[in-house]
Amino acid sequence: MTEEQLEKNFQDRIDAEQKIEPREWMPEKYRKHLIRQISQHAHSEVIGMQPEGNWITRAPSMRAKMVLMAKVQDEAGHGLYLYSACETLGINRDELVEQLHTGKAKYASIFNYPTLNWADMGAVGWLVDGAAIVNQVSLQRTSYGPYARGMVKICKEESFHQRQGYEIIAAMAKGTPQQKEMAQDALNRFWWPSLMMFGPHDSDSPNSGNAIKWKIKRESNDVLRQRFIDKTIQQAELIGLTVPDEDLKWNEERQSYDWGEIDWDEFYEVINGNGLANRQRVAQHKKAHDQGAWVREAAKAYAVKQKNKEVLV
Amino acid sequence: MSVDNNQGELWEVFIQSKNNLPYKHVGSVHATDKEMALQNARDLYTRRGEGRGIWVVPSQYIVASDPQENAEFFDPSEDKIYRHPTFYVMPEGSKNI
Ligand SMILES: [Fe+2]
Ligand SMILES: [Fe+2]
Repeated sequence: MTEEQLEKNFQDRIDAEQKIEPREWMPEKYRKHLIRQISQHAHSEVIGMQPEGNWITRAPSMRAKMVLMAKVQDEAGHGLYLYSACETLGINRDELVEQLHTGKAKYASIFNYPTLNWADMGAVGWLVDGAAIVNQVSLQRTSYGPYARGMVKICKEESFHQRQGYEIIAAMAKGTPQQKEMAQDALNRFWWPSLMMFGPHDSDSPNSGNAIKWKIKRESNDVLRQRFIDKTIQQAELIGLTVPDEDLKWNEERQSYDWGEIDWDEFYEVINGNGLANRQRVAQHKKAHDQGAWVREAAKAYAVKQKNKEVLV
Repeated sequence: MSVDNNQGELWEVFIQSKNNLPYKHVGSVHATDKEMALQNARDLYTRRGEGRGIWVVPSQYIVASDPQENAEFFDPSEDKIYRHPTFYVMPEGSKNI
């Protein structure tokens, strides 16, 4: 079959809502796009462990500590499901980690914001995981089989993440005036960065043409962002917090909220490495990876020793 | 690029979610030996009671059919409709068959 025929068959299958599996023919650009997107997604899960891991030792109760540990452990798991999906495209784990360390691969810029106090654990679970869920629910229908199946598994686990965050922030909003102020402050700091998680406006989104055509991406940035806003406002109002957007207004006709504008300069600053915690996040990952090198070497040596034993018996 | 961080070999993971159900592929893990592969698979894929049995197999030992050759490879079964019960004509009025 010619390249052209292969490409046509491929697109026909995509249009018929079939999933593409690892060893099947796919355009090189489709493979590249997926490697970039899935690895970025995997790195985000793994780097996302840091802002919350930061508070495990200072959790205010045993219950809170257990919950936070389980949540951070889940994020490690999400990273691994995604690395495993990414590896089916013919790239290995070492290369993926290397790309994170050299900065060739990116991760979600939301994790370059610091978590300053316990209220931030509430805001992160409620808003950051909340935004991630909206995106990931949509990606359950992505066209690449292993990625779609990874998303289904991840979505099942995410709802606990968002609920534990909302529980924290709701408790603080109902606490002393100082606690309520902390909750409001956390919302103020995390609201806009959470909206930025959906990426640039559709009109400024250069990569989305092919991604939509190949059904890697099923819905546009703006559609997903609006869905998140419409879901979240009621939750803020219910616990007496105010979303920091003066232009926020219910639009009866659209049955949806009108809202203000994202500070895109801040968005690009953080993406380009100048957020508050960019350098720290990658340095921390590299340090943990390097410090674990002896464990990996020892495990390998042990495996060789076991194999030699098998030969003897 | 040829970086090697000793992250172990790739193993495919199969889980039986309930008694009497077939094992199903769920993904993969990295490990340097069988025991580690099993433990990693347990920690990664069964954190919420998703499994009551796990198989791990080194990925290099999986032999897979080639999707590009699906047409020829699966062709022998295409034209054998007599392998299906609906092919046969039963006498009018016959029951329980
Ligand atoms: Fe996650
Ligand atoms: Fe999460």
